[in-house]
Amino acid sequence: MNGSPYTQSANNSVRITMIKVLVALIPGIAAHAWFFGPGIWVSLIVCSLIAIFYESLALVMRGYPQKPFLSDGSVIVTAWLFALSVPTLAPIWLYAVGLLFAVLVAKHLYGGLGQNPFNPAMVGYAVLIVSFPTYMTQWPAPLQLATHMPSLANAVDMVFAGSGSISIDAYTLATPLDTLKTLGRAGQSGTEIFNQPIFGLIAGKGGEWVAAAYLLGGLLLLGNRVFTWHVPIAYLASVALTATLVQAIDPSQHANAWFHLFSGGVMLGAFFIATDPVSGSTTPLGKLIFAGVAGFITVMIRDYGGYPDGVAFSILLMNIAAPFIDTYTQPRVFGHAKGGKVGK
Amino acid sequence: MRAIHPFHGGVHLAEHKTESTGTAIGWMSLLPRYVVPLSQHIGQPAIPVVKPGDRVLRGQMIGRPTGTISTAVHAPTSGIVSAVEMHPVAHPSGLTGLCVVIESDGADRAVEMSGIDWRNLDPAEVQAHVRDLGLAGLGGAVFPSAIKLQRGNAARIPTLILNGSECEPWITCDDMLMRERADATLRGAAMMRHLLGADTVLVGIEDNKPQAIAAMTEAARQAPFPVEIVAVPTLYPSGGAKQLTRLLTGLDNPTGKLSTEIGVQVFNVGTAYSMYRALELGEPMISRVVTVTGHVPRPGNFEARIGTPLRDLLAAAGGDLPGTTGHIIGGPMMGFDLDDARAPVVKAVNCIIAKRVEQFPPAAPAMPCIRCGQCAQACPAELQPFELYWYAKAKDFEKTRRYNLFDCIECGCCSYVCPSHIPLVDYYRFAKSEIRAHELDAQASQAARERHDFRTFRLEREKREKAEKLAQKATTRLDSGAVAEDDPAAAKKKAILQAAIERAAKAKVATTPQNTDNLSPTVQREIDAIEARRQAAPDDAAATGRQPTEAP
Ligand code: SF4
Ligand code: SF4
Repeated sequence: MNGSPYTQSANNSVRITMIKVLVALIPGIAAHAWFFGPGIWVSLIVCSLIAIFYESLALVMRGYPQKPFLSDGSVIVTAWLFALSVPTLAPIWLYAVGLLFAVLVAKHLYGGLGQNPFNPAMVGYAVLIVSFPTYMTQWPAPLQLATHMPSLANAVDMVFAGSGSISIDAYTLATPLDTLKTLGRAGQSGTEIFNQPIFGLIAGKGGEWVAAAYLLGGLLLLGNRVFTWHVPIAYLASVALTATLVQAIDPSQHANAWFHLFSGGVMLGAFFIATDPVSGSTTPLGKLIFAGVAGFITVMIRDYGGYPDGVAFSILLMNIAAPFIDTYTQPRVFGHAKGGKVGK
Repeated sequence: MRAIHPFHGGVHLAEHKTESTGTAIGWMSLLPRYVVPLSQHIGQPAIPVVKPGDRVLRGQMIGRPTGTISTAVHAPTSGIVSAVEMHPVAHPSGLTGLCVVIESDGADRAVEMSGIDWRNLDPAEVQAHVRDLGLAGLGGAVFPSAIKLQRGNAARIPTLILNGSECEPWITCDDMLMRERADATLRGAAMMRHLLGADTVLVGIEDNKPQAIAAMTEAARQAPFPVEIVAVPTLYPSGGAKQLTRLLTGLDNPTGKLSTEIGVQVFNVGTAYSMYRALELGEPMISRVVTVTGHVPRPGNFEARIGTPLRDLLAAAGGDLPGTTGHIIGGPMMGFDLDDARAPVVKAVNCIIAKRVEQFPPAAPAMPCIRCGQCAQACPAELQPFELYWYAKAKDFEKTRRYNLFDCIECGCCSYVCPSHIPLVDYYRFAKSEIRAHELDAQASQAARERHDFRTFRLEREKREKAEKLAQKATTRLDSGAVAEDDPAAAKKKAILQAAIERAAKAKVATTPQNTDNLSPTVQREIDAIEARRQAAPDDAAATGRQPTEAP
């Protein structure tokens, strides 16, 4: 028997939320297609299909109905975030392995929707970058710099056959973050590095525009109250602040805040990944701490760590801390003196 | 203009007010039979003072208040008591309650009624009067009004708030009452003000009721005491007592405390009106305004006598239209399903809604919680509803308590906004009732133990005292030499006495530690055991983190 309330707000469901997220990703995807070629569409479709397959399989194995859970759209969001985080035009098996960890392990082994302590897409990404680092650096070059632009047909070929009629070097290029890391290690100075053709106005050629498009999509979601301002603002502010501090200490080797904000996965992470409510912090103060520390770790990994980007690892690390942070940051309850730790 | 202090959260709801505000408050024709429940509020039910066959007059007391939290109930019309029996009542539990059934004689003759000199009488006397006239809050909680008129330890309660917010959709009884009876309502407020010693009187009305605001403002202009009519933004649940207090004064009612501790007392506008009828005219609470709305041909408000069977009330609005799927008592946010339309109107019933499926579709199937936090953003109590849900579902009631379950006012905002359509409030009601049941159990066994211990103690003591007295007497007699040394009967008696004295001494040794020293260790052990159980549960939960017991 269901008691009151006997009414629920219309146009509000998990599915609608997920659709909003997908729509908000479209500007970024479009920018990606514009600057790096149409291959992104292939990887998005392939990843979606693989993810749906895994989800359906998991539901069968766990004895859950297919329709309500497949149609909630959450697995498509995971698939898209994953596809946008790993190199476009990677062989299909790489996607299959990554999504296996994302959907089957990170999501369903932990109990499915709403129960996963880690962001599934980021788990998939992390497994791949640890296990297959070379594949994970093969990002398509911006169109202006590519010697050969893969067509849609080429893209299908590359994804399904693992290689195509054109050589990998013809369309991939080290990303700005990779370039920064390798050239920096080789002892080149900041000015030399940033004179590389891969760099654009403030960050990577093309990539900076994709980041700007994610920012736009993210602001749409914020305006739509899909999440509160705390996480994206704290994350971006922390990235900018940390980058500025690091650069102040050693200007020759490190990029400035603008570069960090608009390269790699920062914008995607700020609005689409760190905001994942299931794996993140839920209290207002907790969100600020969660995202603030994640932003700091992101830049630390980028500037001093072994991996070119730190978005995924920083968020996964903070996922571990989220329940703990929540316990200590309970907001004040109406009529109580103060918030803080969960009451006794 | 008084500054409005917004509360956290809240939701905008489809109002559905105009359906029932098209006509004036209607009067119902006399019914052949009324069924008056003896328990109409929290606290002790009234004790029936009539028996089948008794003749009663309108306004005659048929149930006498008993205990501190209690009020009287009265006959709604004149007639003959045909039964005092269990009958379906309008209650969320769907259970029956003890009711006095009155067959009306059609004459509707009343007892002698006269007002009292409330200005000059001792406040305690006025309160007793209020209690005997059966006044209880008409806003929903139906708390006996007499108690709320007490100042407690305070010299006076500076702020009196009249709640005319009526934030629940569909309900319009307060709106119509304020439109039509603004003067009398403020007269009632004057009495409350006098009894509480209040100097500020505020009336909070949601700004979707411009006519009520206008009528009340006009009445306030004429009132012989200062009263401020304040339009508050239409945002559910602005009519929650704590929310309205915050809106109008900026003060937060500390949790677990009465509002009088912050110098505020809140009454529903309907209660103020009844106060006027009671003290000025001497009329007990035998009727109230009820909204009948939803899927009926002539929705509106009716002055319904307490005890009116709800199906007769529905009939006054034209009866259920075809396709009616059920009835809600109260509003759609906090009301409950009516199981049996034979149940009567009680003081708590402010509205009955006939449902149809287009307006009240079956609840969407619940999906897993995605921790989106929309519920927390909507919660006026500033709770984390998803955490409460989590632990209530896991039956970890200790954790729900730590997340302040008992600050939840069951307003339903969280359920309303939840994208996963989880019936969150059902879980909270469940958890609260479980915790209360557990506490009652604990209290009962504690009381039983104490009773048992005390009884043992008392029996032993009595035995001992008797023996000692006996021994005393015997010794005196022996010493006085009244009994010869060689008298065998006396010797035997003496031996028996000696034995009794020894037994008494032994008993003293045995009873003393058992009954005093051991009492608290026993309780302590019990407490420790409970604590240990409590500790064990949350730790398990913490170890597994978010428990993987839910659907994917
Ligand atoms: S609104 Fe529903 S889904 Fe969102 S956190 Fe609250 S309970 Fe969970
Ligand atoms: S029902 Fe309770 S938890 Fe839900 S919004 Fe209202 S006060 Fe908060």
